[in-house]
Amino acid sequence: MKNIGKYILMLKVVFTKPNKWRVFFERLIEELNGIGINSLPIVALMSAFMGGVIALQTASNMSSPLLPAYTIGYITQSSTILEFSPTIISLILAGKIGSNIASEIGTMRVTEQIDALEIMGVNSLNFLVLPKITAAVLFFPILVIFSMALSMFGGWMSLVLSDLSTTEEYVLGLRTFFDPFNIKYALTKTVVFGFLIVSVSSFYGYYVTGGSLDVGRASTQAVVSSSVAILIANFLLTQMILL
Amino acid sequence: MVEVINVNKSFGENHVLDDVSAQFEKGKVNLIIGQSGQGKSVLAKCMVGLHEVDSGQILYDGRDFTQLNRYERSKIRQEIGMLFQGSALFDSMTVEGNIMFPLIMFTKMTKGEMKKRVDFCLERVNLSGKNNLFPSECSGGMQKRIGIARAISMNPQYLYCDEPNSGLDPQTSILIDGLIKDITSEYQMTTIVITHDMNSVIEIGDSVIFIYEGKNWWQGNRESIITTDNPEIGNFVYASQFMKDIRTSMQEKRG
Repeated sequence: MKNIGKYILMLKVVFTKPNKWRVFFERLIEELNGIGINSLPIVALMSAFMGGVIALQTASNMSSPLLPAYTIGYITQSSTILEFSPTIISLILAGKIGSNIASEIGTMRVTEQIDALEIMGVNSLNFLVLPKITAAVLFFPILVIFSMALSMFGGWMSLVLSDLSTTEEYVLGLRTFFDPFNIKYALTKTVVFGFLIVSVSSFYGYYVTGGSLDVGRASTQAVVSSSVAILIANFLLTQMILL
Repeated sequence: MVEVINVNKSFGENHVLDDVSAQFEKGKVNLIIGQSGQGKSVLAKCMVGLHEVDSGQILYDGRDFTQLNRYERSKIRQEIGMLFQGSALFDSMTVEGNIMFPLIMFTKMTKGEMKKRVDFCLERVNLSGKNNLFPSECSGGMQKRIGIARAISMNPQYLYCDEPNSGLDPQTSILIDGLIKDITSEYQMTTIVITHDMNSVIEIGDSVIFIYEGKNWWQGNRESIITTDNPEIGNFVYASQFMKDIRTSMQEKRG
């Protein structure tokens, strides 16, 4: 409970006016590159294989002749959009980005770089964390849309290469019962997940005390806590938006 | 001038600073000395606001730092330069980036003006032309000098140095001490140095405060610290055989 209070107080300091907007935008571009662009390869790899496996598993369970052939495409589309792309990719990014942020900020803390910022008169939380949160909130939806597209492409590749379905049947499945609201729901979740990953990881990095061992521990704690936060937020958002 | 008045600071049950009062004069190198764990670093951190005091006042030319809000403190902090024990240079920036950083954040200088100021500061610490190196490419002594260059880039009125000689060889230590002394008198700053290096005390200690068990145990200068009869200071000053030999030879001279 003490940590939650401290986390909320941290956010209060993070969301203040930057010392200089030009510096903020320069840092934002750096973070968009670090958090966003650099995550594209892992997201692409995970999404393509995830889509492929979903399609193959669905096809392997299609023993009943009563099920239309386009079901594979439909299930791939709905499970990718509703859950796999927003949630699983966010959990993977919690590992990649969360540990990176916690160790970066944690190292700055134990090497007194954060103290140096504070003594200069810089709001260190605002300077370090706000560009990261902004970058995550802006770029995570792009990553997830990219993931959705690649997942469906991966599904198609696996089906066509295994000769389990045709392109026409698969595409028909993708388009059948497609509800654009599901995309809105997925992107809303993604924005929340992006915020949670960066803010929770920054919290663990910023308040680390001790040495390199403690930075390592904070990094692990950041990944675990942001993953738990994602799972809880996923449940709550699904309750609020879909039901 | 910086004044500390009746400052108390505890961490849980551990009472680290016990009613400490002291004055640090302008244009002088003021040393805070003491054994490890006696509270000198905590005192310095309280003075710059990295720790909040439990009670007492910290006055920067009459302005009570403890009573200011975050924004007002930020204004005073722009008048403070600090050299950290581990230099605390920003890894991701070059030497130039490090020195330019406070200028970018707090001045309206043009790029050209900032570049000129960086070159001047680097020249002042004898590191001209090292602009494009990264901190990881610099030796410990160079990092300290870059730290000093960054600290003086904003023309501070107050300079804090936290153990500026730790981890340095004796020659580089003397160089850093000399640099601190020179820039203090050149810019008429109030310089506060936390150290337990007796060489620094003898070289640059215009004013010396000895912190013991969280109290301002003794105050004097580099001459009086050698001759004082205070037993706690005696244990600190004459801890090494070298200093003991100096004392013996001084006593022999006196007859």
